Amino acid sequence: MVSGPLGDDVDCSDAVHTMYHFLDGELTPERKAHIQQHLEQCLPCFEAFDFEAELRQLIAQKCREQAPDALRERIAEAIRHEGPSAGFTGATGHDPLGPKGGIPNL
Amino acid sequence: MEFMPSLYTAAMRMTRNAADAEDLVQETYLKAYRAFGTFQAGTNLKAWLYRILTNTFINSYRSKKRRPDESELDEVEDLYLYRRLGGLEAAAAGRSAEEEVLDLITDDEVKQALEALPEQFRMAVLLADVEGFSYKEIAEILDIPIGTVMSRLHRGRKALQKGLFEFGLERGLVGDAG
Repeated sequence: MVSGPLGDDVDCSDAVHTMYHFLDGELTPERKAHIQQHLEQCLPCFEAFDFEAELRQLIAQKCREQAPDALRERIAEAIRHEGPSAGFTGATGHDPLGPKGGIPNL
Repeated sequence: MEFMPSLYTAAMRMTRNAADAEDLVQETYLKAYRAFGTFQAGTNLKAWLYRILTNTFINSYRSKKRRPDESELDEVEDLYLYRRLGGLEAAAAGRSAEEEVLDLITDDEVKQALEALPEQFRMAVLLADVEGFSYKEIAEILDIPIGTVMSRLHRGRKALQKGLFEFGLERGLVGDAG
């Protein structure tokens, strides 16, 4: 009988149940420490968590897009046409596009 | 425009095509520029921009088709991909070949698998796994309760794993033995 995620161990099913919360950094420090302790003692759970963490990294890496340079230009141009924005000029009195024609904060 | 690359990535996954993604990002910037006075300094600028992006997408770019219902996602078990790739047996035997399979998945396959998810799940997974927003931030961006964020993430991630596994099967990267 394989222990770990497929096993009947209460700690294992608890770990798998809270895996996403753990990997998302959304557990309380106590819960997190509890799961961490289990992972140190249970290789099957550790491997499963490790796999999920790798998969997540892979998803984030592999679906990045390169924004076209022309789009940046187009947006800067469109904002220049907008004229002063209450948000930018009202608060700072500066050219909203900044000295180099970029948008400082966005 | 430091948030442009990530806004554009999100826009591509939402609209599924470059022309609409570019228009969506441009509209987002214009709206943000006009509304900048309502942005509270010191709060989360990136989340604010994503909220504008998401609302603009929902109001103007979303396909006119009926919104897919939650029930259209099959129930998928926990650790779906890991189990299918034989991770449990491999871990018991002290090796881990399943992570090598991950390296063989192409960018296009990940994009397609994500884009195949019904919109509400796709948005949650995109915001969490690609953009790294917290549950609370996602709840604010999508204007839904945190519990709904968690359930959409849970089901969306498992459905994504199933989609990736199906690509693996089609390409013969993995066997169907289970």
